[in-house]
Amino acid sequence: MKYLDEFRDGRLAQGLAARIRREIEPERRYALMEFCGGHTHAICRHGIEDLLPAEVRLIHGPGCPVCVLPSGRLQAAINLVERERVMLCSYGDLLRVPGTQGDTLLKAKARGADVRMVYSINDALEIARAHPDRHVVFFAIGFETTTPPTAVVLRQARREKLGNFSVYCNHVLTPPALRALLATDLSSSPQEAAPRGVGGVDGFIGPAHVSTVIGTRAYEFVATEYRRPLVIAGFEPLDVLQSILMLVRQINASEARVENEYTRAVGVDGNRKAQQWMDEVFEVRPSFEWRGLGELPNSALAIRPAFADWDTERRFAVPAIQASDHKACACGEVLRGVKRPEECKVFASACSPDHPLGSCMVSAEGACAAHYHYGRFRQAVTA
Amino acid sequence: MSPRRETYARKLDLTRGCVEIGHGGGGRAMAQLIEELFLAAFDNDWLRAQDDCARLTVPTGRLVMATDSHVVSPLFFPGGDIGCLSVHGTLNDVAMAGARPLYLAAGFILEEGFPLADLQRIVASMARAARDAEVPIVTGDTKVVERGKGDGVFITTTGVGVIPAGVDISANRARPGDAVLLSGSLGEHGMAVLAQRENLSFDTSIKSDTAALHGLVATMVAAVSDIHCLRDPTRGGLSSALNEIARQSGVGMRLREAAIPVKEPVRALCEFLGLDPLYVANEGKLLAICPAAAADTLLAAMRGHPLGREAALIGEVVADSHGFVEMETVFGGRRLVDWLSGEQLPRIC
Repeated sequence: MKYLDEFRDGRLAQGLAARIRREIEPERRYALMEFCGGHTHAICRHGIEDLLPAEVRLIHGPGCPVCVLPSGRLQAAINLVERERVMLCSYGDLLRVPGTQGDTLLKAKARGADVRMVYSINDALEIARAHPDRHVVFFAIGFETTTPPTAVVLRQARREKLGNFSVYCNHVLTPPALRALLATDLSSSPQEAAPRGVGGVDGFIGPAHVSTVIGTRAYEFVATEYRRPLVIAGFEPLDVLQSILMLVRQINASEARVENEYTRAVGVDGNRKAQQWMDEVFEVRPSFEWRGLGELPNSALAIRPAFADWDTERRFAVPAIQASDHKACACGEVLRGVKRPEECKVFASACSPDHPLGSCMVSAEGACAAHYHYGRFRQAVTA
Repeated sequence: MSPRRETYARKLDLTRGCVEIGHGGGGRAMAQLIEELFLAAFDNDWLRAQDDCARLTVPTGRLVMATDSHVVSPLFFPGGDIGCLSVHGTLNDVAMAGARPLYLAAGFILEEGFPLADLQRIVASMARAARDAEVPIVTGDTKVVERGKGDGVFITTTGVGVIPAGVDISANRARPGDAVLLSGSLGEHGMAVLAQRENLSFDTSIKSDTAALHGLVATMVAAVSDIHCLRDPTRGGLSSALNEIARQSGVGMRLREAAIPVKEPVRALCEFLGLDPLYVANEGKLLAICPAAAADTLLAAMRGHPLGREAALIGEVVADSHGFVEMETVFGGRRLVDWLSGEQLPRIC
């Protein structure tokens, strides 16, 4: 199949894995964080870890937008749809995410709330046009990948003076999250200086789709300020293996550069038009809470005052709801690479995809859910 | 002798007419709907008797009974509709015991306002499916709910069949060492229906695989009498079917991803929506588990039947107290093929 089989060739994968094994230097450690949930999902679904030598350890990062959404923001949406009787349009994987008391949008729907699953924000806009008597809220979530479509639709809604449509903006930004991870949890020393702490990350597999929008330049600080290599990689299994090989080579050479494995889609500057629209519609929030990571400065977007009429938070005065994660939940440590999902006390016991306690168990792209769905037999063997 | 046919002042308007509350009221309007629509399509001696039940002659042996409700949306989809689906679904449930289906019953819940032309299409499709399967619909029921309290039409069918002597097929009979066979490619029904949903407008060639499998099962049972398990991987797909068998039999499974047939358009659409074909519904496929020594014979028998041409040996049953269904990926890695949690929902990015 065009553009699918090419990146899922088992023999090529075995060849790449053999090269990685050959080039590993046994005295070194290769703790590599894939930032994106898309990579986490690909790694677990295709069993990529089984192809890698023991020296290469993959750490699953916080790049799953559903996982890092604070439960208070979700609860606010549930309250909004029930109290204001709006029609709430959402991507499918948000519907099962628990709010503060374990409530979900699916449960609210069962109670009679008008919650609709859509595949794109354009569908929400269409629904608003078709139901002028209802107020339609789109639950916007995602990193830089899904932000430009939100910007385009907000511009369109303003152009149409569409009065019954607004956006509940939960868009977050990748580089500030990477910076926060590097600044707070990594030993600040570069690769071969001081001994590395458990949370040390030796290199990053950089985002795929996000990078098509923001370009490779956005990650330069990882190399220059924090001396870590970063390789932007596509979401296909062969992309992941190739990027691991590139990272191994940089680490062996004690280099820290931003490299691009995903050249078929990503350029240095990204998508300028998309960036321009994002800048026109959104401004950076001074601070935003990330589930599992806490408040991160300059890490999320809000809708600019010029688009206030289409900003759900302004129209309905959505109150901030504070909520803390379950005490036994180790999501924060999992997201920072300090713990593996299996090392959390409640993993696969009190916390499971059907009853998630923490953020990493809620979406298929979360580290814990991916390990639960695809790798639970490993835990059973070692237990 | 058949009962006297009522004569009605005006025939049902099957072009522009709609279901009315009176069509379920037990009066003359209901009798007319049954006669001019259901009886005309399903026509057989049992229905012509117009009793509230059907008197059946059954062969000696073990009977199988299964029931299945159908609430598919949209009602019409590429490759089929709720009518033929409601016949195939129940025939297949009966067939998965290795049984030969004998009779069907059908219950309809119709929503006030539902176009009679659509109802006629659905009923004609059911009649065709039952005729092709050589299993008559011998009794039925119709209810009408107020507008807004249904979704057009819901159909429940019940089937009765008889198990041939010497056949003992159950999901608790999988044993370590058994072979796992699949009759054809995965995911076509689920993706054909999904692609038709209102907010997706995919131009795809995917057609539902809806089909009655009892003919294939009869061929298989004739070739290998000691088939241990049969299961049609409908809702929840291959994954749910195998996890259920693993749980009921107290065993694990090892699958080979490379051996599992999935057609290109299905793979592409699944990939696009972030869905896994192993979890997508099928309506014309079956899984068979048999002793390893009989696998080649069974596979050859399946491939000799039109509905099993693409049959494949996809894995084996293993001893595993956890009941895990594991899969070797095309890359040589391993993954779990877990139970579905909730409904499979598309991913964001």
